[in-house]
Amino acid sequence: MNRIARRNIVNNVMLTVTGICTVVTVSVLFLILGYLVVNGWRSVDWNFFTKLPLSPGEAGGGVANAIVGSGVVVLIAMVIGIPVGFLGAIYLAEFGGKTVPMLIRYTADLLNGVPSIVIGIFAWTVIVVPMHHFSAWAGGFALSLMMIPIGLRATEQFLRGVPNSLREASLALGASKTRTIISVIVPAARQGILTGMILGVARIAGETAPLLFTSLNNQYWAKSLNEPTAALPVLIYNYAISPYEDLHRQAWAAGLVLLVLVLIANIASRWVLSRGTTAQRG
Amino acid sequence: MGTAVVTAPPQSRARNLGKLFRDGDQITHFVTFLFAASVFLVTVFLVYELWIHSGPSRAKFGFGFLTSRTWDPVADQFGALPFIYGTVLTSFLALLISVPLGVGAAIFLAELAPPRFSNICTFLVELLAAVPSVILGLLAIFTLVPIMRQSIEPFLKHTLGYLPLFQGPAYGVGYLTAGIILAIMTFPFIISISREALLVVPREQREAALALGATKWESTWQVVVPYARLGIIGSVFLALARALGETMAVTMVIGNNTGIHTSLLSPGYTIAAIIANDFSEASGDMYLSSLVELGLVLFALTMVLNAAAQLLIIATTGKGSKQP
Repeated sequence: MNRIARRNIVNNVMLTVTGICTVVTVSVLFLILGYLVVNGWRSVDWNFFTKLPLSPGEAGGGVANAIVGSGVVVLIAMVIGIPVGFLGAIYLAEFGGKTVPMLIRYTADLLNGVPSIVIGIFAWTVIVVPMHHFSAWAGGFALSLMMIPIGLRATEQFLRGVPNSLREASLALGASKTRTIISVIVPAARQGILTGMILGVARIAGETAPLLFTSLNNQYWAKSLNEPTAALPVLIYNYAISPYEDLHRQAWAAGLVLLVLVLIANIASRWVLSRGTTAQRG
Repeated sequence: MGTAVVTAPPQSRARNLGKLFRDGDQITHFVTFLFAASVFLVTVFLVYELWIHSGPSRAKFGFGFLTSRTWDPVADQFGALPFIYGTVLTSFLALLISVPLGVGAAIFLAELAPPRFSNICTFLVELLAAVPSVILGLLAIFTLVPIMRQSIEPFLKHTLGYLPLFQGPAYGVGYLTAGIILAIMTFPFIISISREALLVVPREQREAALALGATKWESTWQVVVPYARLGIIGSVFLALARALGETMAVTMVIGNNTGIHTSLLSPGYTIAAIIANDFSEASGDMYLSSLVELGLVLFALTMVLNAAAQLLIIATTGKGSKQP
């Protein structure tokens, strides 16, 4: 009896402990969001989105150049990353044999696991060194490398989820393979593909390390894509380690804006996916 | 070609179009192959570039680079040991916290929680994985570091100060703080993948244990968890690979000290942090080359771990890589 009582106590204690683990881990997200809102929302105003940074000590000023710069760098990454991820996945899912797709899939996973700072070094060696200056191009290239594996694997997964009967029906009607892919397979998997791309963008939008020595930073508007460009994550980093109170406040505000954008993108991708009916999750 | 199609009689036009489409298929095949192959090529190129640019450092220091503890940019003497030590130590501390916490939560979410609630919690945890690292660093600098400096570290020194692990002044920044931040960054991976591994354990396993009179905990801990152990270990490897390569949050709280210290309260350095801090300001070829070689070391470390994690996860869940 004593033994059974002890076993029951152990049972209850351990199950409670796992519950506490869950509460702790889930509450971390709310703690992060809460701290950012408390410390950041007062500094998020019109100036924040429209003005250039002022020198520390002056009140006011904004981070408009960093917001636009982030947009530009992410856009470059999308222009490179989405076609590669999308078309590459079509090859993997629709054309590939066995060995070559396996090799490419493996390297994509490898690339996905490369630490972001190492991606930064690579972009520096292939773009910054030959061009002799930091640029938005280099930053966008670095981010595209982080986006490609996510987009590629997600797109492939959803293309494979399209039932074979759809492919066969289209081919039986006399459509070519290309026509089948364009008109049947990709539309059937579009929600999944969109989800993968949104997740990819959400991941790179918050990346700092690959930008540190590729797009660097800029106090002013970048006049072209060949110039160093400010980006929101890099700005948060620089402001957070600076000794000025004003900059800390702006860092909180920028952090809040960035986090909200990233969370919205993640929730949106989940929403797009939940609306999808034709494509199954594979 | 265009004019030929227009002037040809209807039947041959159809044949021409058919040929064009077959050719079109080949074009599509070729173009998509080029894009897919570019992923492979760029990865190979990445390794090649790291290898070439770390050449001067590899030639000068050889394998001694990995075991030397000197880091002296003025004298052009570079050794990786303090950074490897810091990277491994902070990642180990992170796992020490995140593995029990993550596996505990995964057990709760897979075995006890109602499916709906479990899915919502898992979604929230996966959102946590999406929080940019620099934002965690920002929070760490302004909230965690003061807490560490004012309460936790003095408390540790007071209670466990006789151990060499908890000595020296409480700066707030250092190995322990970095480890805590890394724990927050890694447990989403552990929870999400371990939960998947636990969910695919066959129902009969649980029922058999319960039918033998085991309590819920006993059936979970002695039957279900061992059954899913490969997946859980895989998730830990994946978390470890993330922790080793994590840059921004660690850079902001590690304290930037190039020594090797036993005390967890002491400031240190990690591979990713020294690259982030010094790369854009490094003067001299040997300095840059050494930093690139550090990047190469980091790359090799994470590659081995990722490969091991993939194999373990595939072995249990029978699926490919899962991105939480």
